[in-house]
Amino acid sequence: MLGKLSWAAIPFYQPLPLYAMGVVGIVILAVLGRVTVKGGWPYLWREWLTSVDHKRIGVMYLILALIMLLRGFSDAIMMRSQQAIAIGGAQGYLPPDHYDQIFSSHGTIMIFFVAMPFVIGLMNFVVPLQLGVRDVAFPVLNSVSFWLTASGALLINLSLVIGSFARTGWMGYPPLSELAYSPDVGVDYYLWLLQISGVGTLFAGINMVTTILKLRAPGMIYFRMPVFCWSALTSSILIVVAFPILTATFAMLLLDRYVGMHFFTNDAGGNMMMYVNLFWAWGHPEVYILILPAFGVFSEVIATFSGKALFSYRSMVFALLAICILSFMVWLHHFFTMGASADVNAFFGIMSMIIGVPTGVKVFNWLFTLFGGRVVFRTPVLFSIGFMVTFVIGGMTGVLLAVPPVDFVLHNSVFLVAHFHNVIIGGVIFGALAGYNYWFPKAFGFTLDERWGKASFWCWLIGFYLAFMPLYVLGLMGMTRRLQHIADPSWRPLLLVAEAGAVVIFLGILCQIAQLYVSIRTRESRRDLTGDPWNGRTLEWATSSPPPPYNFAVLPRVETIDAFWEMKRRGLTAAEPAYETIEMPRNSPIGIVIAFFAVLSGFALIWHIWWLAILALLAIAVTVMVFGWSENREREIPANEMARMERVRLGLGRPA
Amino acid sequence: MTIATVDAVPTELVPGRGGGGPAPTRTVVAYGFWIFILSDITMFSGLFAAYAVLSSRTAGGPTGNEVFNLRHVFIETACLLVSSYTCGLGALSAERRQRDRFLVFAACTFVLGAAFLFIEISEFAGMVRADAGPGRSAFLSAFFALVGMHGAHVTSGLVWLAYMVAQVVVKGLRPHVLRRLLCFSLFWHALDIIWIGVITLVYLMGAR
Repeated sequence: MLGKLSWAAIPFYQPLPLYAMGVVGIVILAVLGRVTVKGGWPYLWREWLTSVDHKRIGVMYLILALIMLLRGFSDAIMMRSQQAIAIGGAQGYLPPDHYDQIFSSHGTIMIFFVAMPFVIGLMNFVVPLQLGVRDVAFPVLNSVSFWLTASGALLINLSLVIGSFARTGWMGYPPLSELAYSPDVGVDYYLWLLQISGVGTLFAGINMVTTILKLRAPGMIYFRMPVFCWSALTSSILIVVAFPILTATFAMLLLDRYVGMHFFTNDAGGNMMMYVNLFWAWGHPEVYILILPAFGVFSEVIATFSGKALFSYRSMVFALLAICILSFMVWLHHFFTMGASADVNAFFGIMSMIIGVPTGVKVFNWLFTLFGGRVVFRTPVLFSIGFMVTFVIGGMTGVLLAVPPVDFVLHNSVFLVAHFHNVIIGGVIFGALAGYNYWFPKAFGFTLDERWGKASFWCWLIGFYLAFMPLYVLGLMGMTRRLQHIADPSWRPLLLVAEAGAVVIFLGILCQIAQLYVSIRTRESRRDLTGDPWNGRTLEWATSSPPPPYNFAVLPRVETIDAFWEMKRRGLTAAEPAYETIEMPRNSPIGIVIAFFAVLSGFALIWHIWWLAILALLAIAVTVMVFGWSENREREIPANEMARMERVRLGLGRPA
Repeated sequence: MTIATVDAVPTELVPGRGGGGPAPTRTVVAYGFWIFILSDITMFSGLFAAYAVLSSRTAGGPTGNEVFNLRHVFIETACLLVSSYTCGLGALSAERRQRDRFLVFAACTFVLGAAFLFIEISEFAGMVRADAGPGRSAFLSAFFALVGMHGAHVTSGLVWLAYMVAQVVVKGLRPHVLRRLLCFSLFWHALDIIWIGVITLVYLMGAR
């Protein structure tokens, strides 16, 4: 009846996760209770949970990313503490079984449920505004995408208390991840939750590509699009082309585990290196899916706060496109030690060095944009400059790892761990936080506190260097990754420095929470009444903060790059525009309903509760069909209603 | 290249193709669905790659030459290709608002698709009975996954077609129904393209 599920699935023998989930559960109940007492459910349901507004969905992605950042970071600081304690005779406080789950979930969460929702959330929020349109191409699908991502996040947290998570690392390499060596539900959690959230990500990518290629304000030809839109386009193309490979790969591993097939097994002709190849054929583009939007954020931030146009817009665009293509030609550098021939390794080594060239072009473009500008050192700019310094170091250690003989020495050492944290924290996270500080006033109508923002930046920057520079040295000293116990006591000092770095990053996260709290408390004094707090250049600043649901009452006409800057330069017309009747998509509960059944079906498949899995999948099909039957999905806002709303919004008083 | 040459592109003012503002819904929907089909083909490419790697790994079990029946594959292919043709005729009749003609062609498409599926399933069942099931060897795993995935797509295509016929019968050929029919025919033709890959790589090369 309940498949593999029984009371034994709840890890009473491991009190730590149970306590953690107990605390989280109490917090969730308190929040839900407060919402119920205040009667907030109708508002939440109407304005957020069923919203198909790209801005609301973008904000929900960001909230998901920030919450999961806390979860992923607590995994990180637990690992650092274990490695700082469990040296020589000491065993530390995490048994190997638990430690292995922590490093697996840390990687999975940080990539799929922090970095991905962060960049997709920013794209969702910003791209339609920058393109000067009213929503994405498929607003309801957008909601489905978000809720499927949230379903994956829910399942990974469920694995803490019901059953266990994978012990295979976040890549889930076979044969370790095969049924013979991982017989419990850990790997099944990993595979199913990533399949579910992967579908959501794929839909988000399709939506974004279609939006950028087919929905733009009049006059916005490709070479007038803001660089962030270009970065979103390239990143979304990579999502569309790379994520299905991951889906196929995981499907094969699932078939191995559930039906007894032999794709990656040791016996019957399976080939486990095929998994590694396919995984990284997705995995390397994934790196660029994350970093390209961050590049876009830095381009916007640096141009805006330097008060000048981005240096060499075209080379920036071509660099993005070059990276988009090259990112599919370097996957083998993740496993030079596979045993491919020297020629093959040399090819991928050289390609990996070539892909550094367009990135270098971009760094010089940002530097030349800053050069001679009147730079205002707000928090987003600090993150951008911190990124340029940090990312260049990470890029150089990456080029070092791209030399196959060096890689043979450093493969799977903490040097590699330091390298990819160097580019992901210094690149993606700094970019996400720069974007968060930069666009926050657009989303909520008030700016974030600068003092706490700067404090969080310095903590993140210093904490990063303290935490990861020692790992470079330790890697060169021969320390491999994922050690639950350290035998060599001479590594202790550096591991203690790394632990201190993790604590400083923790302070940075606390500063961010304080920043949010202080900013909300003092929001009345920090209102953005103009809609353009930073003297911006692109169209998102042309509408009010927060924008109306329809973004622009009349679609702007674009005549140059940096369209809004040009409009300001020429002087905005004061005359009231001629309003037209517009159509806006209606709210739809389909996203949250599908996500509910997706969680059910995922859970049922993980625990082999077949009847429930079939019912839940059928329910998804029925939901889609019911939705597909409905017609009345758009509501019209008549021209006179538009005029009335616009007058109220712009404070022009009521019409006569 | 300068901005001036880009500006000189005459399609600039066509909606959705540059300076003309957002594209009409029909274009957006078909375009988005086309992108989805591209992603689906990428997913198949993963399975094709796996099949190419594993096709010789028979682990002492049967080879393709022993289990494939090219006569059945020929009939399957004929069913699928003709169903694509009738699907195209159906789409044309729908565009001309000829409801009854559309229903006839939709029925042909459905019957041919179901025939394809029936032959495929009986092939699969025969192989499993002959101890050539998906768990026998890596080659057979890759075969069942690739061909089975195509079959699963055909199955969902049939369900979708039945659902679309119901919409046409109840609602008539209205613009939003036509948009979905357009997506359906894109999907059905894409399954043909993938099947061409399957017969070439799996059956013709495997039956040697």
